[in-house]
Formats: sequence, structure tokens, C-alpha cells
Amino acid sequence: MTDSRPVLTMTGISKSFPGVRALHNVNFQLFPGEVHALMGENGAGKSTLIKVLTGVYDTDEGTITLDGEPASFTGPMQANAAGVSTVYQEVNLCTNLSVAENIFIGREPRLLGAVRWGEVRRRARALLARLDLDLDVSAPLGSYSLAIQQMVAIARAIDIKARVLILDEPTSSLDAGEVAQLFRIMRQLRDEGIAILFVTHFLDQVYEIADRITVLRNGGLVGEYQTAELPQLSLVEKMIGKELDVLEGIEEHSRRDLAALEEGTPLVAVSNFGRAGAVAPFSLTIHAGEVVGLAGLLGSGRTEVARLLFGADRTDGGQVAIDGTASSLRTPAQAIDHGVGFCSENRRAEGIVADLSVRENMILAMQAARGWLRPIPRRRQDELVDKYVKALNIRPANPEVPVRNLSGGNQQKVLLARWLITEPRLLILDEPTRGIDIGAKTEIQKLVAQLSDGGMAVLFISAELEEVLRLSHKVAVMRDRQMVAQLANDDSLDADRIMQTIASGSHREEADR
Amino acid sequence: MTTGTLTAGRARFRLPRKQIPVLATLALLLVMYGIGVSQYTAFSNVQVIFNVFIDNGFLLVVAVGMTFVILTGGIDLSVGSVVAMTAMVSAALLKDGMPAALVLVIALLIGPTLGLVMGCIIHFFEIQPFIVTLAGMFFARGMCTFISGASIPITDGFWTSMSQERIGNPQGNFVSISVLIAFAVVVVAAYTLAYTRLGRNVYAIGGNPQSALLMGLPVARTRIAVYTISGLCSAIGGILLSFYTLSGAPLIAVGMELDVIAAVVIGGTVLTGGAGYVFGTVLGVLVLGVIQTLITFDGSLNSWWTKIVIGGLLFAFILLQRLIGIRYK
Repeated sequence: MTDSRPVLTMTGISKSFPGVRALHNVNFQLFPGEVHALMGENGAGKSTLIKVLTGVYDTDEGTITLDGEPASFTGPMQANAAGVSTVYQEVNLCTNLSVAENIFIGREPRLLGAVRWGEVRRRARALLARLDLDLDVSAPLGSYSLAIQQMVAIARAIDIKARVLILDEPTSSLDAGEVAQLFRIMRQLRDEGIAILFVTHFLDQVYEIADRITVLRNGGLVGEYQTAELPQLSLVEKMIGKELDVLEGIEEHSRRDLAALEEGTPLVAVSNFGRAGAVAPFSLTIHAGEVVGLAGLLGSGRTEVARLLFGADRTDGGQVAIDGTASSLRTPAQAIDHGVGFCSENRRAEGIVADLSVRENMILAMQAARGWLRPIPRRRQDELVDKYVKALNIRPANPEVPVRNLSGGNQQKVLLARWLITEPRLLILDEPTRGIDIGAKTEIQKLVAQLSDGGMAVLFISAELEEVLRLSHKVAVMRDRQMVAQLANDDSLDADRIMQTIASGSHREEADR
Repeated sequence: MTTGTLTAGRARFRLPRKQIPVLATLALLLVMYGIGVSQYTAFSNVQVIFNVFIDNGFLLVVAVGMTFVILTGGIDLSVGSVVAMTAMVSAALLKDGMPAALVLVIALLIGPTLGLVMGCIIHFFEIQPFIVTLAGMFFARGMCTFISGASIPITDGFWTSMSQERIGNPQGNFVSISVLIAFAVVVVAAYTLAYTRLGRNVYAIGGNPQSALLMGLPVARTRIAVYTISGLCSAIGGILLSFYTLSGAPLIAVGMELDVIAAVVIGGTVLTGGAGYVFGTVLGVLVLGVIQTLITFDGSLNSWWTKIVIGGLLFAFILLQRLIGIRYK
């Protein structure tokens, strides 16, 4: 599996920023033909290590050798030229250009200065064939899914005769099938002798693909392990540096008696809600204190359901009853009046106002609910904000710092606090734990459990089935923009059964094509 | 579930998609020409088309330069003023007795220099192209009146010969030399955009400047180059205009930048950048020219109808781009 000589060695790497020691004496080595996972919580130093490696940052101390030769890159382009390529979480390609051009732009084969388009397309086809991808290379990149775009980015990266391929959270926006395809390609490249550095938050993926694991914590090296010799629980413990008993408490929560909850009038009951082109009509009831999980692949209509319930999109028809009384949810303002809160999936674009402080961000929804003519007294603001900064363990615990300076997990908690302050009766959480580290993830899960114990209804949307199963009383399954099943979360329900429910439609889809 | 879904995610409807705006413009042009031919017998004379080119050659050249800028997602408001300034400088220098060849060189250097400066300000200081080129527009227009408050006639032999030379066929149809120059500019520009790295980088930057940078493309050089190219095209346009009018006038080509932008957009280039063709711009200029010709043939319509029709067409084409764009994202 691995040769004896590492292709890349980083020794004693230290890097400080003003006030922060981002990396301290970290060693890392990468062998040809291995997939090596770099693990750690947000802020552990993974990104800094990658940026030091690719020359975005200088090192303060330490040496990097590539093939035994000392190497120090002044930027990603130079690293590229030396055979170290990086593919980032966001696809950094141009969707308006063709697939072939995206792979070759900047180094197209030319004759007397003119791009040889035939040659570009031929080489692109050959390269994609090597990755076992069957694409129309002259179609614009934007006509393909994000997953395909990600793979085109990999094709671009490996064309530069890459020996080291860095994949920085490539899977965070892919669904299960797409991840499988990506992994197939990673295995193939690995077998061709390329060394792959893989960064992800998904533990299962690490165990599926990685040969070895290096764990970082607080900028320091915790250790390097063979995946086979490191049980998942120990990995998590090494990442967060403490015993992991917090998850155990939650586990029992979900197995509560659904029947007891569902007595009485539902808090929200919608029937035949739907929107042409977004999601087929569905009916759903949510009771006070109930957590309803919404499972399904990316693009299956999960977010669309949430947006209809919040009035962000208008339903084409159907009825809604709130506390048994006919009502309507046609605008977000109406939904907020009825006590519905919505934490968007897209926290950067639709949620957080990056330049405002933690306090200002938290107070936004409450202020909106009161109307702008009745400002919230500063003392009341401080009380509320302090309460939630403590309750959610937001770091740094200073409400006056701009939110942009917080890590992703802490931003997510601020967003949660914004809605919790308004004391909603139904809180819609769209992917609240995506892209945040395991510690913050556990805290948010715990919080959801507590809230529902306190009588709040929660609609919990997540791509991670384990999470949905752990928290929900009832799981609604989305497939192809339809709500295909609502399953009580009793002992018989497990991830496999949900997967089957999700998957049973895909065969039909294949047959159609 | 795995491979099936992915490889089956093939691009559908791909062929027409990118070309729809250009095809729509072409269809529009043919319809307008058809209307002209059916209403007025003289309209079918080939010379009508040739005259559209003769009257709009300078506009075409400037629009080609603007196409480069808009493809990167920028805008250049200075073009009309630079056209006027180039014509003014030429007229003033010729009046002072400078040789025609030297005047040409100087006149052709002014526009690109201003474009280079504006491009540098836009890129290095990260200022909106709108405001930088607006400043350039005021500057160049001011320079026109600084040179002379009144129109300066051109009597130079080279200029008059360029103005009067007719290149025609035995049937008596002809074009001016300006039209040939404009065609040469179109061919060079189309080749540059389709086959050179500079051209492809223009499209990449228009698609996603951040990605272009991370892909290692020379974003700075390209962005500055497009404003320089636009300046050069404006300078050539200014020379062609001075051939056409045989004078330099301080208030000529006022508002021309807006006609140019209209032609480029009607020609199918998307204002946010990244999609469009020089061929479309040629069609866009022809649409404007044929509208003018139709209104001239009618005789009873006020020439402001040209503006009203262009306004309506612009609305229609922006909406068309939007409708296509929705599914493209």
C-alpha cells in the first residue's frame, strides 16, 4: 500500500498569527499511493497546515521536503507546478466555460498562439475517461451538478502531473451517491501512486477511504495512526481531547413515546402544501415538543419544504391549521407571528450578518418581531445575549466582536440564539450542523433535545442520518421532491431502512434514462 | 443509485442555450429587413445594407471594444468622449500642418493610454469600472472643448481621400474604406476572443473572477488589457468618424457610449460578463442601423422613434437573457 519513502515530509512546522499560535511543531508525512486523512476540530490548524504546504503562508519554523528535496512554495501556482495540487470545498472553476476549457485554461495546447480546440477536447476526454467520467466536454460546466464540477476540478488538478493531491472538504456539499463516485476516483488515483491528503468532517468517510489519519488539536500534533488500528470513538476523543459521553444522553431521548406526544391538537398541521417545480404537495403534522426529522438526498426538496412552512416561498394550495385553527403561512412575517423560526442552511448568504456584532445578530429576529419602532432596551439585550452566549457556549464569549471573526460552529450557534431569543413554538433547523466540528455539533444536538423536552417543536433537516435518527421522534423522507414516507422513530427504524426508502426511487430514475 | 445518477446527469438542451440570444438577434434582424423589403421597393437594393455599414462603421469598431469590457463584467462609459477627443486631436494637429502619418500615430495612442490608466485604477484600487470610466468620460469630453470650443474642419489630402474613396462593384454598389477597416477589427477581435489565451481569460474572468485567480490566470493583466483594447477601438472609431465627417467637433458622439452598450447587449453579450460573441455585436449594430434606415425610409416618423424602438428592444433582450440565465445557474 505504501512505499517506504515519503513523497512529502513536513517537520517541526510552526506558524503564528498576531495573538494566535496556529501551528506548533507539527510533523506530517505523506506516502505515495495512500489516502491520508487530516482530522481535527475547527481551529485545530488543518487549514493553516494546508496553506503552509501550498505556499499561501510562510512558515515561522520547520522544513518541508518534496521527494527528499527541500521545498518552499511562494504560492499555489508554484506548488501546482511542483506537483502539489489542491481542490477546495467550493469549486473554483468558471461555470460559463466548457468542461474541457475548465480543465486546460491557462495551459491550453497552442499552435502559433492559437488554442487548438480539437486537441483540448481530445485531451479532456482522455483525462476524464481515466477518471471514468462520461461527460460532454464541450458543454458548459454549469450544466453539470456540483459533484461533477468537483470531479472536473480534480481532473484539472491531476492533469498537472500531480504527485500530491490535497482535497479540502470536497464532500461537504455532495450527496451519498456523489461521495461514492468521488471515493472511487480517489481510490483509483491512489492506486496510480498519487498521495492524497483528505480533509473532512465526516468520520464515516474517513473510515471508508483513509489508510492513515493524522490528528491535530489546538495547533499541535496529537498523533499519526493507521485507520484500522484507531476505533472511531478514540479518534473523536483524540480530536476533542476529552471523553465522549455527551452523545450517550441524547440517544435515549429519541426513543420516547411518539403516541404520547401526538395526543391533542397538533401545533402545526399542513395539508397539500406544495409548489410547482419545487416540491410536490405534502401533508405534515407537528406537535408541541416533537422533533420531526427530514431526511433525503441533496436536492430532494428538504429545504423547499422548510421554506414553504416558513412562508419564504408561497404554497400553490392546501391548508394550514395552527393550534387547530385554520390559518395561513404566506409570508415570513406571518410565520414569525405564529411563532415559527427558521435557521437557514446557507448561513453565510441568508443568515449571519458578518459585519454586525454577536449581540446585534442575536437580537435581529426579536427586534423584527417587535417592529422597528419599539427598540429593545440595551439592558434587556445584554441580559438575553449573555444568557445565550453562556447557554450555547459561544466562543469568544464577547458579544461585541463582529460575527465574521467567529468559527463556523460558533456562527451557527449565534444564528440559533437569534431564533431562540424569540421563543419560537416551532423551530426549523436546516442543516444546522453542516461543516462544523464534532464538539459544536454535539452541543447543538444536545440543545435540540433540551428544547423539545421544554415543549418546543423542531423540524430538523440534516443529510446525516445518524443525527436525524438520534434526535427525531418522527422522520419524514424526501425523494425526488416528494415526501415519500413518514416513519415513526421506534426501535425498528435505522439508517438502513431510511436509506432504502430514499433509494427505492432511484432505480425508477435510472430506468427512465 | 451511484454511477447511474451521476453520469446520467448529462447536459440537456445544451446546443441552443449559449447561442439563443445571438439567434434571437439574427431572427429580429431578418424580420426587420423583411418588413423593409415588403414596404419599400428601394429597400431591397444591396446598397441599403452597405450604407448601414458606411454610416455605422465607427460605431461597430467601438462596440467591438466594448464587447471585450462587458465580457469581463465591466463597463466603459468613456468611449463616446474618447471618440470625440481622437477626432478633435486629429483635426487640430492636421490644422497645425503636422503630417497625416504622424497624426494617425498620435491619435491612435491617446485612447489606449487613457484605457490603460483607467484599467490600472479599476484593478489595483478595486474601484467600480462605472465610476472610473465616468471620470474618464468627463476628462476626455473636457479635453475636446479645451482643444477648441468650435468644430475644426479637416482639409488634409489623406483624410479626404479616405473619406471619398469608394470600393465598389460594376453594378455601382460600394462601401467606404472605413467599412473595410471595421471588418478587419471585427475579424481580429473575433479571433482574439476565440483562439488566444487573452481572449479565453476574458471569458473566465467574466464567469468568475475569484476562480480565475485561483486557476492561476493573469487576472490583472487581462482586466487592464480589456480597457486598453476598448480605448484603442475608441481611437480607431474616432479616426473613422473623422474620415466620415471630415471634421473634429467638441460635442460630437455625445451619448454614443449608451448606443454602443445597447448594441452589445442586443447582440447577446450578457452584462454580468462571461457570455457573448463579437458576431453578436455585429448583429446588434446592424439592428440599430436597420431601425434608423426603416425610420428614414418611412419619412413621416420622428427620428426619436429610433430611441423608443431601441428602448423596447433592450427591455426584451435583457428579459430574454434573464429567462435563459435562470436555468443556466
